[in-house]
Amino acid sequence: MENWLLWSVYLLIFPGIGFAMVVGILASWVDRKVTARIQFRVGPPLLQPVYDLVKLVGKEVVIPVSAQPGVFLLAPLVGFVAAALSAVILGVNNFLGQSFLADLIVLVYLLLIPSLAIIVGGSASGNPHSSIGASREMKLVMAYELPLILAIVTVIINAGFSLDLAVISAEPQISSISGVLAFIVSLICIQAKLAEVPFDIPEAETELMEGPLLEYSGLPLAIFKATHMLLLYLLPLYLITIFLGGIGTGYGIIWGGLKYLLIIVLIILIKNTNPRLRIDQAVVFFWTWMTALAGLAVLLAGVGNIYGIGWL
Amino acid sequence: MSWKDRLALWGIKRSPWVYHINTGACNNCDIEILDALCPRYDAERFGIKLVGSPRHADVLLVSGPVTRHSEQPLRDAYEATPKPCAVIAFGACGCSSGIFKDGVNVNGTVDRVIREEDPEAVITYLPGCPPKPEAILSAALKTLEAL
Ligand code: SF4
Repeated sequence: MENWLLWSVYLLIFPGIGFAMVVGILASWVDRKVTARIQFRVGPPLLQPVYDLVKLVGKEVVIPVSAQPGVFLLAPLVGFVAAALSAVILGVNNFLGQSFLADLIVLVYLLLIPSLAIIVGGSASGNPHSSIGASREMKLVMAYELPLILAIVTVIINAGFSLDLAVISAEPQISSISGVLAFIVSLICIQAKLAEVPFDIPEAETELMEGPLLEYSGLPLAIFKATHMLLLYLLPLYLITIFLGGIGTGYGIIWGGLKYLLIIVLIILIKNTNPRLRIDQAVVFFWTWMTALAGLAVLLAGVGNIYGIGWL
Repeated sequence: MSWKDRLALWGIKRSPWVYHINTGACNNCDIEILDALCPRYDAERFGIKLVGSPRHADVLLVSGPVTRHSEQPLRDAYEATPKPCAVIAFGACGCSSGIFKDGVNVNGTVDRVIREEDPEAVITYLPGCPPKPEAILSAALKTLEAL
């Protein structure tokens, strides 16, 4: 009973939905503000993401005639819940120092679900643009998952074949050559996971009119936007936990916050200095260059592990 | 007014998302709209954002006289927009069909078509051929006040 209560607090307030949402909203504001400053603009006010969400909650929900209403409305919820659960796992590990067996694997699966929710929701809305967007999202997921998982395998090998976040984040995994390579690969895969430029191919505003999200309005759209904000908090934290030795405790939290800002500003800079790729270019990019780089990292990590060379 | 509408109105005044429809404009108005959205005028200060689908929109920016072929799409777009929403009749053509008034294929003005769909619709008129970007921003803010 006690345990049950504790975990619902974890889920709803501290590191779960409440806390993650606040940081996600701030991150989304930082994203828009930095983008604006890069273009020599003033940019939106601090509470802009809140205004957007509140407005969407108040708007009418239109369910298209061609849609499958059940799936159409459930998809955003499933994605949001998955993101919230990953927030709990990552947060409990980083801020409360708890972890359970093989939580890394659970996290890999949970972080895949928001993308699947977008695919399912887009296909259920019955709009041809949405289904093209959903099919592009599917191709993109298949493209970036392979190098991302190879990068994670590198880390697992470097941490002595451990699947626990606690062991992996005990020391910064980026301190070896294979770690650096895996970090670069993961950073670019994270960019695709967030569907930011240059990999915003599924949402391509100019050609697909926001793709899978096209038919969504009101509350379901708000939930999708909120999921994206959560991911904006989660995925950099994921990188920090796996590669940069976690957020840290005590005064280390300031240092951890700096790591977080560094990663998110890197993501925003990549986003603002690149044009959008075509889907075939993106798949080729991930399956050749990124997979090769990640494969090299795994190889180096394996050699380093067998011969006991730490810096590989 | 229900709590939901009040919430939506509160939000729309702070984050109006705009969907741009061209119902037969000569394209000059559309170029001016892009000007108003460019970094120099920074419409994002007011939370204004151009969206790609009428389902996400709060404000429909309609430029041009309504031609025979675009009348039904305009009605559909208004139907597709979740309420509450507002309409801006953009440019001299949007307000009164302008120089195309007597054209064979012009079916009427934006406000006539929208009023037929929904007599209660909030419509702002923004004259000019084409209106200046400053006028566009001020019209957008006035529309929000009128909501
Ligand atoms: S108002 Fe003038 S600029 Fe705008 S569509 Fe009409 S003729 Fe063209």
